[in-house]
Amino acid sequence: MIPEVGGGAAFAALALAVWGAVAAAVGGRTGRVALVESAQHAALAVFVLVTACFALLTYAFLAFDFSVRYVATNTNLGTPFYYRITGVWGALEGSIILWTWMLALFTLLVILRHRESARELYPWVLTVMLAVIGFFLLVMTVAAPPFERLTPAPADGRGLNPLLEDTGMITHPVALYLGFTGLTVPFAFALAALIAGRVGDAWITLTRRWTIVAWYFLSLGLLIGGWWSYHVLGWGGYWAWDPVENAAFMPWLTATAFLHSVMIQERRRMLKLWNLALVILTFGLTIFGTFLTRSGVIASVHAFTQGAIGILFLSFLAVVLLTALGLLAWRWDALRAQGELDSILSRESAFLLNNVLLIAAAFTVFFGTVFPLLSEAVRGVKVSVGAPFFNQVNVPLFLSLVFLMGVGPLIAWRRASPNNLRRNFLLPVVAGVLAAAAFFTLGVRSALAVLALALAVFVAATIAVDFTRATRARLRMGERALPAMGGLLLRHNRRYGGFVVHLGILVITVGVMGSHAWSVQTETTLRRGEAAELAGYRVRFDGLTATEESNHFKVAGAFTVTNGRALDTLRPAKKFYPQQDSPIAYVDYRLGLKEDVYLVLGDFARDGSQATVKVQVNRLVSWIWIGGLVLTLGSLLAILPERKRAA
Amino acid sequence: MNRQRKFLAGGVVIAAALAYMIYAGVTQSAVYFVTPAELQAAPVAGKAYRLGGVVARGSLKWEARTLDLSFALSDGKATVPVRHKGTPPDLFGEGRGAVVEGSWSPEGYFKASLILAKHSEEYKAPHDGGQAGYKELIKTLKGEGR
Repeated sequence: MIPEVGGGAAFAALALAVWGAVAAAVGGRTGRVALVESAQHAALAVFVLVTACFALLTYAFLAFDFSVRYVATNTNLGTPFYYRITGVWGALEGSIILWTWMLALFTLLVILRHRESARELYPWVLTVMLAVIGFFLLVMTVAAPPFERLTPAPADGRGLNPLLEDTGMITHPVALYLGFTGLTVPFAFALAALIAGRVGDAWITLTRRWTIVAWYFLSLGLLIGGWWSYHVLGWGGYWAWDPVENAAFMPWLTATAFLHSVMIQERRRMLKLWNLALVILTFGLTIFGTFLTRSGVIASVHAFTQGAIGILFLSFLAVVLLTALGLLAWRWDALRAQGELDSILSRESAFLLNNVLLIAAAFTVFFGTVFPLLSEAVRGVKVSVGAPFFNQVNVPLFLSLVFLMGVGPLIAWRRASPNNLRRNFLLPVVAGVLAAAAFFTLGVRSALAVLALALAVFVAATIAVDFTRATRARLRMGERALPAMGGLLLRHNRRYGGFVVHLGILVITVGVMGSHAWSVQTETTLRRGEAAELAGYRVRFDGLTATEESNHFKVAGAFTVTNGRALDTLRPAKKFYPQQDSPIAYVDYRLGLKEDVYLVLGDFARDGSQATVKVQVNRLVSWIWIGGLVLTLGSLLAILPERKRAA
Repeated sequence: MNRQRKFLAGGVVIAAALAYMIYAGVTQSAVYFVTPAELQAAPVAGKAYRLGGVVARGSLKWEARTLDLSFALSDGKATVPVRHKGTPPDLFGEGRGAVVEGSWSPEGYFKASLILAKHSEEYKAPHDGGQAGYKELIKTLKGEGR
């Protein structure tokens, strides 16, 4: 009975979403307030209905209702309580519900916040948001029905993909989807601005914080994904340029570009067209990413679902892009820029270059991701480009971006005078050069590493210069040091939030660079009592133990790690799930600021006499997670409501 | 030259640099997807291949002490011998699909630098044979261990 209620709720929600979208559009066109209000009610009802779907599906998971196909495929009697809940969005159907639910939630928040404040845009915003929800409800009802029955109902289910039995799996998809769905808000405002013919700055001012919120969640999702990859997938890395990762990375790049380019429009009334195009592109990329990951068009280790929904997503993408292009063409005359670039040495052009580089990076990632498809379609030969391609092309782009990160926030608007340049950049450049010399003397020989470290120091120095100068100015006004600094952060929270995010990126850069340049690994087979040596560590094999967990068997090796003194006993394992015909690696590690010791258990003798182990010493990886934390704090600071500036 | 032109020229330079980087990147890191039959028809030593097939039954040899792994990949039409240094991945086994990346050695085998076991989308229903195998494994380990 319950599944039928769920299915019915989805259909009702679809009908209401379509009604709401149409009503808001007609209301917006004719100015009939009653219709817009009706659309509002429809949006509220959609939210309630999708929430009900979500709750009913969760209930089916908790109650082991294996007569529902989705439940039977993604859980079994042995699945622990916690993963029965996260299992709800462990595969296609459930993630579509989660996505739709978040869209409905964002729509509700938009209604609450902008009902009064954006009268002209508001009906159209509602139309766009409800139309997007309508599309996802269409997917939910037609292509991926979560409540589909399975007859006869099996006695036990197949179980959740064991790789997803991890705490990262509750937060990673949630954060990522909040990012994706959050980007729908600025997209809806952009389209509304085009439809209403208000292509000025209102939509940008209104959506500024929405975009930062979405960007924050997207960043968080990417970082958690990296952490999950590092500690669950067991290949010893955090980023593989896998199509699924790229799918989330591309909108992040364009959203980052957008966050920067809006500042030029706010300040100089330039780049109107560019900003609209960017936000449309970003939204398009979130849909494209879902298409990539959910249609199974590119086989990938991550793509744990496949379905016939590819065509639906591709059609939707086409509709979105064509509509947007049509609207841009329609409003072409109003989109002429008012400001003009004055000089190459100016903040505008630094930001513009930042945008060009970010788009270039997004394009390379896109190109590399779809390259196998292109070559297959054009030449009939499937050729792929792997991680080396992405690294080779993106490293120069990202290092240039790091450089601009130092230049952009400090260089003068319009035209930088030699005096301005000297005042802002003399000290940081000296610091960067000294740092390069210092690292070289310390024995860093890789040119790339020296460059990356020097750039990081340069950028950090520009931030320090700015912050000290602003604090000094406040000290002269008679404030005391700490209140002055705190006041700066809070009163100019957007600027300093941005700086903190930049610091986070610098720390991540150092971590990524270090792990690439200096990590070492070895693989060896050890008899009990034997030890392997790597980078000053001794790893001794002390035997195997086997345990029976609630839904799997676990065979763990005990390895004593020493570096002159006893450090730790690591227990990497293999987990054997009855529903899977091959084991899953369970890595163990000892994290450190300088380096992580990371063990992966390979093959082993059944009598426990010997085991193959992969030993990695991964350098500076922890700084990626620390940088992620800094970045998170910076985004939170930037999201805080902006204070009215005191004169 | 007016400002617009300068910026345009800058844009062209950036685009050209990007195009060159992409071109160089593709030519240096292109990996060709081949089937065993295609590879056997025209193997080019040193070219980067990604070879996909099924691990032929009875061909898998794994020497734990030396980490030497050898097996044959087949697509029904041709069979290619493969050698690799390192532990076979978890999803790897005889009669299963596997994709290997590497190059053709002039000595007549495929030298794999990376093994990607094909991730099967479908999970198998629990079957007693497998369970019994694990139980026995656990028993052996418990008797042997501490």
